[in-house]
Amino acid sequence: MALHIKRRALEQVLAHARRDHPIETCGIVASSLAGQVATRVVPMRNQAASTTFFQFDSREQLQVFRSLEERNEFHQAIYHSHTASEAYPSQDDVEYAGYPEAHHLIVSTWERTKEPVRSFRVLHGKVIEESISILE
Amino acid sequence: MSISVIVPTLLRPLTNGEKRVSTHGNSVAEAIDNLERQFPGIKARLVNAEQVHRFVNIYVNEDDIRFADGLNTPIKAGDSLTVLPAVAGG
Repeated sequence: MALHIKRRALEQVLAHARRDHPIETCGIVASSLAGQVATRVVPMRNQAASTTFFQFDSREQLQVFRSLEERNEFHQAIYHSHTASEAYPSQDDVEYAGYPEAHHLIVSTWERTKEPVRSFRVLHGKVIEESISILE
Repeated sequence: MSISVIVPTLLRPLTNGEKRVSTHGNSVAEAIDNLERQFPGIKARLVNAEQVHRFVNIYVNEDDIRFADGLNTPIKAGDSLTVLPAVAGG
């Protein structure tokens, strides 16, 4: 199943990743509850503030998830960046992946990346790449 | 009155698909032990070595129990317990 994302949202994710580089960036792209299109970017603070790790601040995370629920929105994509490697899930990404219902959008800001934006599902420790459909 | 527990998608296979379940107890640890009786297997996903598992956040109402008393954080009837998988990686 492809990730459907608005071009403007994807551009915001890329801008967020470039702004935070070389620290890993992270956040959510919300869709409406009924729709499938990732539309609204919610940048999150990387509590780890690391070039090789990211972690949502747990209090911010609860607030954001509650506000999504109040707005009838869904965490369609969870994004983060790799700043010195390809946009492919790391072992930590797979171990932590606790949202089988979400797309895992990874952006690489590494200067040697061949493919800077990729999306995956991570289910039971298995990584499944999916296509990205960009909508105007 | 009991304690309502909000279960993330990841753990709903253990709660027969239910998003909200209820339990009881005077601390988070007791509530988790009671949940384990209702939904065997859930405790191992929430607790590791007597601590909150690093893969999840557990909140009593608004508060992450890691910043309170961990699994010993007291709870009372009417409180809500929210489980959210931590979002982290490399």
